[in-house]
Amino acid sequence: MNLNSVKAIYKFEMARALRTIMQSILAPVLSTSLYFVVFGTAIGSKISTIDTVSYGAFIIPGLVMLSVMTTSINFAAFGIYLPKYNGSIFELMSAPISAYEIVIGYAGAAASKSILISILILLISTIFVDFYIKHPLLMLLLLAITSITFSLFGFIIGIWATNFEKLQLIPLIIITPLVFLGGSFYSISMLPELWQLVTKFNPIFYIINGFRWSFFGTSDTDLFTSLSLIVIFLFICLAIIGLIFKTGYRIKG
Amino acid sequence: MISVKNLNKIYPDNFYALSNISLDIEQGEVFALLGPNGAGKTTLISSVCGLTKQTSGEIKVSNFDTIKDYKKTRSLIGLVPQEFPLENYESVLNTVNFSRGLFGKKPDENHVKRVLQSLKLWDKKDSPIITLSGGMKRRVLIAKALSHNPKILFLDEPTSGVDIQLRKEMWEMILKLKRSGVTVILTTHYIKEAETIADRIGILNKGELILVEKKENLINKFGEKTIIIEFGEKIYKIPKQIKVFDSFITDDNLCLVIKKLKNQKDINITNIIKVISELEIPIIDIKTGESSLEDIFLDIINEKMKSEFKFS
Repeated sequence: MNLNSVKAIYKFEMARALRTIMQSILAPVLSTSLYFVVFGTAIGSKISTIDTVSYGAFIIPGLVMLSVMTTSINFAAFGIYLPKYNGSIFELMSAPISAYEIVIGYAGAAASKSILISILILLISTIFVDFYIKHPLLMLLLLAITSITFSLFGFIIGIWATNFEKLQLIPLIIITPLVFLGGSFYSISMLPELWQLVTKFNPIFYIINGFRWSFFGTSDTDLFTSLSLIVIFLFICLAIIGLIFKTGYRIKG
Repeated sequence: MISVKNLNKIYPDNFYALSNISLDIEQGEVFALLGPNGAGKTTLISSVCGLTKQTSGEIKVSNFDTIKDYKKTRSLIGLVPQEFPLENYESVLNTVNFSRGLFGKKPDENHVKRVLQSLKLWDKKDSPIITLSGGMKRRVLIAKALSHNPKILFLDEPTSGVDIQLRKEMWEMILKLKRSGVTVILTTHYIKEAETIADRIGILNKGELILVEKKENLINKFGEKTIIIEFGEKIYKIPKQIKVFDSFITDDNLCLVIKKLKNQKDINITNIIKVISELEIPIIDIKTGESSLEDIFLDIINEKMKSEFKFS
């Protein structure tokens, strides 16, 4: 592997985040922390425990996943879209670097940034809520796989997008609603039967609940289904990226 | 150094951006690609650099195939594009370091410093790109292209929009690179640029490479020498010894214009003067001129257009 090239992309993308630290890092941390104040502390105090877990603690995995998915997509999508937008992608396409090395650089940087934000959110959440992580290594593994997978998905969106509106389209109208309706703030058992059935068609529901399982050892779904789904989505994203580079879709003339 | 064989680039609407191009470029030469807008100059460069997928044909760089061995070929090439595709808020130093890393090279502060100093950018190393002038941005692009010590440098209209002083400095830089063994391929609309720095010239028109010649051969082969003799009295007849050349009398009957191709060896100015003096018409002035590369280029393109018009 051409490590120098991968490192160059990774460092460049990380430097971009540091240059815009308010927008890239602090803003998502702050906005997610507000959820703890509103849902965890204010509303949460009125809601009883869910499966012996306090409501404030219950929503932490969902909020972390909400942040991981949206920031991974945004970082990776912007990371590859900006060179397309300003034309500097010519350098990437004419460099002695393979498709997978490019993807490792961009998706790796996006995933690193979103993991950093998640850890900051987890640290801040300890100020508002008492909670524990029953399987911390599994939690980190799921965090890493999810951030990598959604960074790959963001990379695809960045290639596909032809303007800034399209860049935001899928995260805003598909991912965010699916995360909100995927049990970030509630247990599926709190829904009427029809909506329970509808929720089971939402793949994000399984990912969030798998992650919740790593915290509390209990959730609305089993860990295997969650892990399988995220791995399947990871491979689908890799296959699409492979196709993009093979055909030169929207990156080569 | 670069070998292009039967290269075609055909777009889905059956538009031939490049049509059966074959070309060999030697190591250490400066090769200028000339042609009107849309001739295919940038497409040809993009094909060699891997930015455009060729439809058919073969491109080899240093005997490596640009598709199969793309990592080897691309590591030898530096590309300076036409526009200013730069990250506006990045500093000069960071963007040059990024290019070096991207091309697989370890960080080398000394080399990057030398490159920036040679392009008079060292003082601006910490400036964000957005604060630089057009000429400086052009130099940043050159610095990025040179950051990984390429053996081949492609310059796509490097001096468009830059002032005369900077243009001359760039020519100096190109000649310096040539002396250090770097092969330079440039596209340009400034024929004077090609005339000044190129060893060989290729002319592209509508995707076809219609001519490749050494610069001197091109001027000798296609250039014209013109002799204009101005008389004190009107002249009505061209002497028969002069009629062998392409010659005519101007509308005011005061000048005789004699044209000859530069490769016509048999012209002898002494003889012409002798013949003219026998006319016993006072001569006021004798002017000579020769066609520039620009005239030759325009003649070739116009001839091509005329022949296509006739054919159609």
